[in-house]
Amino acid sequence: MSIPLLSLQGLTKAYPGVVANDGVSLDIGEGEVHALLGENGAGKSTLVKMIYGLVKPDSGHMSLRGKPFAPSEPRAARADGIAMVFQHFSLFNALNVAENIALGMERPPAMRDLAARIREVSETYGLPLDPYRTVGDLSAGERQRVEIIRCLLQDPKLLIMDEPTSVLTPQEVEILFQTLQKLRAEGTSILYISHKLEEIRTLCDSATILRLGRNVGTCVPAQTTAREMAELMVGSALHTPERAGRDFGDMALDISGLSAPAPSAFGTALKNVHLAVRKGEVLGIGGVAGNGQDELLSVLSGEMPSAADAVRLAGRPIGRLGPVARRRLGLLTAPEERLGHAAAPDMSLTENALLTGSVRQGLETNGFLNWGKAEAFARRIIESFDVRTPGPDSAARSLSGGNLQKFVIGREVLQEPEVLVVNQPTWGVDASAAAAIRQAILDLAAGGCAVVCISQDLDELMEISDSFAALNEGRLSAPRETAGLSVEEIGLMMGGAHGMEVAHV
Amino acid sequence: MDLSAINPVLLIASLMVAATPLLLAGIGELVVEKSGVLNLGVEGMMITGAISGFAIAVETGSPWLGFLAAAAGGALLSLLFVLLTQVALANQVASGLALTLFGLGLSALMGQGYVGIKPPQIGRLDIPVLSDMPVIGPILFGHDPILYLGIAIVAGVWALLKYTRAGLILRAVGESHDAAHALGYKVVRIRTLSILFGGACAGLGGAYISLVRVPQWTEGMTAGVGWIALALVVFASWKPWRVMLGAYLFGGITVLQLNLQAAGVAIPVEYLAMSPYLITILVLVILSKDKSSAPASLGRIFHASR
Repeated sequence: MSIPLLSLQGLTKAYPGVVANDGVSLDIGEGEVHALLGENGAGKSTLVKMIYGLVKPDSGHMSLRGKPFAPSEPRAARADGIAMVFQHFSLFNALNVAENIALGMERPPAMRDLAARIREVSETYGLPLDPYRTVGDLSAGERQRVEIIRCLLQDPKLLIMDEPTSVLTPQEVEILFQTLQKLRAEGTSILYISHKLEEIRTLCDSATILRLGRNVGTCVPAQTTAREMAELMVGSALHTPERAGRDFGDMALDISGLSAPAPSAFGTALKNVHLAVRKGEVLGIGGVAGNGQDELLSVLSGEMPSAADAVRLAGRPIGRLGPVARRRLGLLTAPEERLGHAAAPDMSLTENALLTGSVRQGLETNGFLNWGKAEAFARRIIESFDVRTPGPDSAARSLSGGNLQKFVIGREVLQEPEVLVVNQPTWGVDASAAAAIRQAILDLAAGGCAVVCISQDLDELMEISDSFAALNEGRLSAPRETAGLSVEEIGLMMGGAHGMEVAHV
Repeated sequence: MDLSAINPVLLIASLMVAATPLLLAGIGELVVEKSGVLNLGVEGMMITGAISGFAIAVETGSPWLGFLAAAAGGALLSLLFVLLTQVALANQVASGLALTLFGLGLSALMGQGYVGIKPPQIGRLDIPVLSDMPVIGPILFGHDPILYLGIAIVAGVWALLKYTRAGLILRAVGESHDAAHALGYKVVRIRTLSILFGGACAGLGGAYISLVRVPQWTEGMTAGVGWIALALVVFASWKPWRVMLGAYLFGGITVLQLNLQAAGVAIPVEYLAMSPYLITILVLVILSKDKSSAPASLGRIFHASR
């Protein structure tokens, strides 16, 4: 084999209290798409930060095309042909596309020439983009295009992508993959970080798996099953959620003829939504993001009041009740956005546990808080859901996405709801944590709770739900039994391929 | 009441003088805020500049050295703000307020021996033909060089922010310091330079009051101009030419109301005295209704490890 493009040997980086990378070695060949796999906190991000010059390794060395490579800052890495698309976009909302791209370049041409080049490159790679639009107005998929084009304009030899698809719709993922395949055909190497195993199997030539900062194996994704890779990542056998056969009880939640105006200029109005969930049933609600998922959740949680009769909990009209009153009656919700909606980022886990748990867990008396009980409740969540954190005093912000998600879901599950509504319960969560969350939802349903699970992950919905409905432009399709539902039927329920911009490659 | 006593040409010429301290302090603060730092110490840096400039001008007899010392004094005081907010990562609002209080006290101490002294005068521009032209001459060509420097700084800042890469980086740092850091820009260095520039401008503005506009030293003589400058930057939507417009409007109404008081208009003095504040804020509020908004990182502490 020829000299690899980039070779890492025994890279080690320790932070106070944690070894992020421990002797990691890997080789990336020319024109190779190399996957970097691992659970949250396995050290993937630290490793790529070292390659990109944001972090200096404690020991070990890197070589680029056989020559020693030790970037002192991102500028040096960029000069050597390394480009990176960040997980959390490193974009400036108030600046336009061209200005954002100029900031990521060493010697940008004059704005007018740059705009022309952006147009040219974006058309070539099937990622249409207007250089003069303000980035703040772009969708998540378009913002990622800005980042990718910023990288492509520097003619990179190695493109690092840190979880690029976590914010994209399936159609946008498709477009992205076509772009990446085109790049590979042109000889660009790609280091692709993800924990979506099916993506890696379709896209990547080889994979390196990290666990707790150590390199635990390499594989050829196309010849390895997703399950085998997942088990390498987790280090133990993966439990597929088990569904116990069960009978459904009485009607738990009943929505009929619910219409609600769009809450904001970018929102979706709900139009004549009907749904019914029985005790012990899991109703999965699919659909492309932005078709009314957030609005449906806020109508159910009580953040957005509706006509009293439109929402009934066990026959009782609750449409006018607020979230606290609904919690008291047993209708609990876990919204999608972890930081800021489901949890207050700078408050401790105990405080966050108290925020939604005070009503049902009796954590306050006459307006005075019972800190002892609240902390015990937080500890119970941390233990039952294997939330990895130093303790209940840690700020919610300090937890990784997956751990916070386990906490947020666990907090509602442990309150023994009559009806639980969750939105994107496993978004951005690694395989083993996702399996644990799904299992918890199924266990809850087995215990007689009615569950409404809103998700964009169709596999997840097929795995846990008894019946399935899809949201499309604020309308909910008639629920169908999940067993025997084909992908085509689901696609039609979601509205087919409407409204998506297909790039012309 | 005798309105004919008000000479429009002299009015315009003197409003430019009245507006210059505000203009200098405002444009400096605009650059600071564009880089994402909220420095509430403008008043303190102005008064420190005022006494530094005054003292050096009196001691050396050169108003030029005085202005230089004023800029250095303002920048030196802002260095304290740099240490507090960029190195020690202290809260910017509290640090800025402390800077103002400290500057007021320090200037009073420094100025003890200078009360009642007249400073050396800075020469006016005198271009043989141009300065003698009626109307245009006194308005455009009859001022001191610092006034023109103020306008030049506004034009320079505008061009820098709009057309240069340095300006783009400055705006980027103010917009999202995390993203700028991820791209490899030196956030703290850029902010430090901006704060020093803001301090120097505020110092110049202060010295303009003590050396040109008044010209003498009194304790607390900046009398809130620094606070007006802060408000001006916000209401001007962080746009350089609007800062100038606002400063001239404020200066103009200040001069006009003084003239009206002198002419004996039958409006209570208190109302006239408050009119510059009211009208400036009103006009800029109406102007700032467009969508441009504050730099997104304004006032937030940057720490590289997060």
